[in-house]
Amino acid sequence: MADTLLFNALREAIDEEMSKDPTVMVMGEDVGHYGGSYKVTKDLYKKYGDLRLLDTPIAENSFTGMAIGAAMTGLRPIIEGMNMGFLLLAFNQIANNAGMLRYTSGGNFKIPLVIRGPGGVGRQLGAEHSQRLEAYFQAVPGLKIVACSTPYNAKGLLKSAIRDNNPVLFFEHVLLYNLKEDLPDEEYYLPLDKAEIVRSGTDVTVLTYSRMRHHAMQAVKTLEKEGYDPEIIDLLSLKPIDFETIGASIRKTHRVVVVEECMRTGGIGAEIVASISDRFFDELDAPVIRLSSQDIPTPYNGALESLTIVQPQQIVEAVKKIVDKQL
Amino acid sequence: MSEVKTTPMVQERMIPSSPSAIVTITKQEGMVLYEDMILGRFFEDKCAEMYYRGKMFGFVHLYNGQEAISSGVIKAMRPGEDYVCSTYRDHVHALSAGVPARNVMAELFGKATGCSKGRGGSMHLFSAEHRLLGGFAFIGEGIPVATGAAFQSKYRREVMGDESADQVTAAFFGDGTTNNGQFFECLNMAALWKLPILFVVENNKWAIGMAHDRSTAQPEIYKKASVFGLPGVEVDGMDIMAVHTVAQAAVARARAGEGPTLIECLTYRFRGHSLADPDELRSKAEKELWFARDPIKKFSAYLIEQNLATLEDLKAIEKKIQAQVDQAVEFALESPEPDPAELYRYIFAED
Repeated sequence: MADTLLFNALREAIDEEMSKDPTVMVMGEDVGHYGGSYKVTKDLYKKYGDLRLLDTPIAENSFTGMAIGAAMTGLRPIIEGMNMGFLLLAFNQIANNAGMLRYTSGGNFKIPLVIRGPGGVGRQLGAEHSQRLEAYFQAVPGLKIVACSTPYNAKGLLKSAIRDNNPVLFFEHVLLYNLKEDLPDEEYYLPLDKAEIVRSGTDVTVLTYSRMRHHAMQAVKTLEKEGYDPEIIDLLSLKPIDFETIGASIRKTHRVVVVEECMRTGGIGAEIVASISDRFFDELDAPVIRLSSQDIPTPYNGALESLTIVQPQQIVEAVKKIVDKQL
Repeated sequence: MSEVKTTPMVQERMIPSSPSAIVTITKQEGMVLYEDMILGRFFEDKCAEMYYRGKMFGFVHLYNGQEAISSGVIKAMRPGEDYVCSTYRDHVHALSAGVPARNVMAELFGKATGCSKGRGGSMHLFSAEHRLLGGFAFIGEGIPVATGAAFQSKYRREVMGDESADQVTAAFFGDGTTNNGQFFECLNMAALWKLPILFVVENNKWAIGMAHDRSTAQPEIYKKASVFGLPGVEVDGMDIMAVHTVAQAAVARARAGEGPTLIECLTYRFRGHSLADPDELRSKAEKELWFARDPIKKFSAYLIEQNLATLEDLKAIEKKIQAQVDQAVEFALESPEPDPAELYRYIFAED
């Protein structure tokens, strides 16, 4: 479909899966009549009814637990977090029950559940609406974590997440909903555990995800003009992380820059750097450079907010620094 | 210096009188109920013994004294079809739901043959086959899960057109849980969508060391149903006939699509909160008052009085159950430990 907006790509994914499988349903705040806070489920209730697009009271922990109970007994619920930050209120259900229950039950139950919604730093939304929960949730066993970044991968990944028999946290980015892309007319699914090589290169491996993929690609424009040849990898899957793709790239470039929007301390990048050190230390010609958001609550002021997250120019400088380093 | 005030015995509520029309039971039903209560009691006594002998570990919460509730409610449901959702005090709910005693015992021993394959332990008993949803260790977190199972029944019937989807869910939890948001949130959603669920409060008066009256502005929990627009019933939790009567009505209501019921059972745990609890706060007088109301003694007297059983019948059941519990221990002792090579198994659905 020509020029599909990202939020409509997500909507198509949900619509297609709901039309195929009557156990697939959506629940959350304002997912039904209101159509979702970013219109991802707009008008779907007209097609599928109020029970399949279940508008819930504002009770995040309880409706998340409810979705888990429904998943344990055979439905395939999709929860929309109106803002993913709200899911801090559902942390107990996500960690204890979505994440761990299959294991503690000795395999008695499976939990086919998708928890999706907007995350990341938007435009002056204030600290609470600008969170990156992927970092908080990455330690929970039993969860898969995905971050989409384009209309194409949003649709293919969400369809796979809905089909998956495990709980999947699916992060969208509040500033990417209006990206446009031509999507294939035929149906497609994307694997939940594979990174995407966005740009093949030989100088340095840039590992990134979500909106920072686009910052990295903006940096590429400058870097190309100056003769640099970076390889840009969008992780897509934050848990598990595709170290096969990462390893192959590092064996080629021997240099790594991590670019992330989550905070530096305990972030996705921290985990990646530690794992690269475990697995590929001998391949590295330079210490990994990690560009993360500042370890502060995201400030409201626009200028301060810009200083909080990584900007394309910082990526340009980091790449130059690591590539130019005399060995 | 003023004298330090100690906590007095928690005020006793008037025990509600029995429902006006108690259900009648056949001799066979009476035997089923009695056997289930005895199984619960003997199993828990054996757990205490095995815990002190170092055969089971961690936190073990026993159900002694509350048997009329598990048996009275779950035996009003359809075994293997309806859903049961429990807490950390879950052994006896699992047994009433039909999970074999040996698989529960083996789980407490951490063995591969346990109902949760040795991964769960005392507070995480599960059985998909017996529709036991858990085993939830944190306060209140089972209630939303149970609400989800109830939603699923409604969904299957109304969205998927499955006429046979009339399963009912019972969520058990204690008095302490009723001050947790998940309780209120789920009462609201269940009433809103008329979900087929029973919220069964086992009000044993104490949340570990916190007396119910000290934590709860309105201690009459059943009254909280009215603000959400669902029926709330107060019942003597030491009287299985009263519990069974109330449960049957609530199950019928749920099955008919008329929605949830909140049942507050007034009961008492005969042991400490867990086997690690020194149980220093509950007064001797209070304990004695409740020990005298032992639900098993009450029911055995009822059965004999109603000519539904003889003393010999009851002794025969006790002997049979004792043997079953002893066999459960033997089974658990002989069972293999989980295979260390399977440490990572069961994390994901494909494992």
